[in-house]
Amino acid sequence: MTVVMEAKGVRRYYEVKKGMLAKAATVRAVDGVSFTLEAGRTLAIVGESGCGKSSLARVLAMLEPPSDGELLIDGLPTLAPEADRRVALRRAVQMVFQNPYGSLNPRHTVGRILEEPLEINTDLSRDQRAEAARAILARVGLRPEAYGRYPHMFSGGQRQRIAIARALMLKPRVVIADEPVSALDISIQGQILNLLMDLQEELRLAYIFVSHDLGVVHHIADEVMVMYLGRPVEHGETGLLFDRPAHPYTRALLGSRPRIQTGANKIPRKTLSGELPSPLRPPPGCAFHQRCTFATELCKRDRPELRQVEGRAVACHHAETVLGGAD
Amino acid sequence: MPALLEIRGLTVEFTTSRGILRAVDRVDMDVAEGEVLGVVGESGSGKSVSMLALMGLLGSNAKLTADRLAFAGTDLLTLTPRQRRKLVGKDVAMIFQEPTTSLNPCFTVGFQIVEALKEHMGGTRKWRRDRAVELLNLVGIPDPGARLNAFPHQLSGGMNQRVMIAMAIACQPRLLIADEPTTALDVTIQAQILELLTRLQRQHNMAMVLITHDMAVVSETAQRVQVMYAGQLVETRSADDLFSRPRHPYTAALLSSLPEHAERRARLATIPGLVPGIGDRPVGCLFSPRCAHANDRCRAERPDLYRDPEGLARCFYPLDDSGRPEGVAA
Ligand SMILES: Nc1ncnc2c1ncn2[C@@H]1O[C@H](COP(=O)(O)OP(=O)(O)OP(=O)(O)O)[C@@H](O)[C@H]1O
Ligand SMILES: Nc1ncnc2c1ncn2[C@@H]1O[C@H](COP(=O)(O)OP(=O)(O)O)[C@@H](O)[C@H]1O
Ligand code: SF4
Ligand code: SF4
Ligand SMILES: [Mg+2]
Ligand SMILES: [Mg+2]
Repeated sequence: MTVVMEAKGVRRYYEVKKGMLAKAATVRAVDGVSFTLEAGRTLAIVGESGCGKSSLARVLAMLEPPSDGELLIDGLPTLAPEADRRVALRRAVQMVFQNPYGSLNPRHTVGRILEEPLEINTDLSRDQRAEAARAILARVGLRPEAYGRYPHMFSGGQRQRIAIARALMLKPRVVIADEPVSALDISIQGQILNLLMDLQEELRLAYIFVSHDLGVVHHIADEVMVMYLGRPVEHGETGLLFDRPAHPYTRALLGSRPRIQTGANKIPRKTLSGELPSPLRPPPGCAFHQRCTFATELCKRDRPELRQVEGRAVACHHAETVLGGAD
Repeated sequence: MPALLEIRGLTVEFTTSRGILRAVDRVDMDVAEGEVLGVVGESGSGKSVSMLALMGLLGSNAKLTADRLAFAGTDLLTLTPRQRRKLVGKDVAMIFQEPTTSLNPCFTVGFQIVEALKEHMGGTRKWRRDRAVELLNLVGIPDPGARLNAFPHQLSGGMNQRVMIAMAIACQPRLLIADEPTTALDVTIQAQILELLTRLQRQHNMAMVLITHDMAVVSETAQRVQVMYAGQLVETRSADDLFSRPRHPYTAALLSSLPEHAERRARLATIPGLVPGIGDRPVGCLFSPRCAHANDRCRAERPDLYRDPEGLARCFYPLDDSGRPEGVAA
């Protein structure tokens, strides 16, 4: 058991101005996230658009500093590290983005894109860099000719392979993937997911996998963290959360997902009413209470803290009732 | 059931700097009154272009040909795109994937609904306003009277999609074409929007063409399904038959590549290779470079759509009930 990444009460706030004269307001995009991630494991982050998944991903990738809280890599703090540790840190965590079109420089060849991280972060010679780039191309299933070509000459799936290859150049311990297959066709999604799983096994990579596709999450994640308005509301093993969700919001997310069904008696989806409230004006008490069928007076008043219930962490006053209910 | 929409041999070609590209290749489609037809296929397979062609919404570099294109018995081929838009504009409505691209950011949503009503329904100013409020209410927008004055950027993606739906059903169309209406939305909002669409469809006995790449959504919503691949229709049959006994190897491969059909953490079944681009289509069966059952004949000849007891499949060796190709030695 090697913990490679640990988040302790990580927060990320943004100042936003609505209109010219209005006073700046604070959006708590990420409002207290804690977890530990072991080598070779996948933690999925799920939740509705705007709940803070990408903001969290950027903090974990050290692209932005946390506004509060702490991020540890290999047990060591990441904030204001000594210069010699900074390089090692940057190598340890790499990111793969949703949009394989936007994330690759269109004016650089694939070879140059892959070698750039080595040029900046290592003292490998030119030949060694080229050799490493060619090796990784083969590993992610691209032909050797790809080395001299430009990103626009590739399909979406191939570009995502290039992005994954680039993320692997520095032999990271953690790869943060923000919706890595959402923009791809179904027949290509499977190829990329297989590649990610193979690489994980081979290199003992830890993944943070941000996705809104619960089918994909169920398939590849070891554990899942469900977020609502910047806060984790349930966190536990994938099988447990999918089979016996304890938070009404987890239940609602699972209930709204479409399933392949045939025959006369299709089970209708359980739809969740309403939308994610504005993060500028989060509701008092439990942030989910306006949409929750289990809500009581207590929920409107007191915010539930995360606590352990039947093997997972859940932030709900009535988690036991939710688990106990037949439906 | 009489066909409301009847399309035979629809072909759309674009003149581009790379020459003439065929985006839609002899596609047939029938939609009956009150029926929900699902259209699935990967991006670039011609789903949107075929529907835009019907609506007369393609640019001047597009050339449309068809053996037959009829709506409620009226032959649309003899009309100019402009006349077709007018005729079709009231009875056929379309909603698009990105509501923000089809709502005008400069006008309030109320103004945009009222304009649509004015063009196709007339009525007094008061009637149009009342109807706009009624429509927003119908699509589940809270406080509809006040929302009439909102601009699109002041509403969420889900709200804008509801406004689009309100506009689309404003003139009580007989056919609604929904092109990826929920792709940009969260599952929670997606479920709300699909429930709304199917409720409206049933209440008004409206026919619907639902274009999506989400197989699960189609299985829940559509009575019949058409599968498109590289501009061609490759399979069509009832949703139940298609999902339980696909006949075309592409449909079968697509279904088995879904994570829900695999053991957790197991490798997913994949379709090797890529969807052919519009300019590099193979000589024989368009699926032959990726098909597990392809033989020399497949690589040399293009299969037609062949009729079987439940539907149509464009394959020389359609799969039997156990998923094995017919007519080839094992
Ligand atoms: N740079 C920023 N400045 C101001 N607000 C921001 C900034 N980045 C994110 N936010 C806000 O923080 C919240 C969380 O945004 P984030 O992009 O993390 O959501 P998400 O969960 O990734 O959503 P999606 O599923 O749409 O990608 C949102 O309310 C967003 O508007
Ligand atoms: N205006 C255009 N000019 C040239 N090619 C086009 C044009 N519009 C669409 N295409 C091409 O036609 C094909 C089918 O597109 P489309 O119908 O949008 O696919 P989808 O099935 O994803 O909706 C694609 O290869 C697309 O690039
Ligand atoms: S705390 Fe109350 S409102 Fe919040 S999820 Fe639990 S039951 Fe619902
Ligand atoms: S015709 Fe041949 S290549 Fe094409 S789908 Fe059928 S078996 Fe596969
Ligand atoms: Mg995001
Ligand atoms: Mg389209």
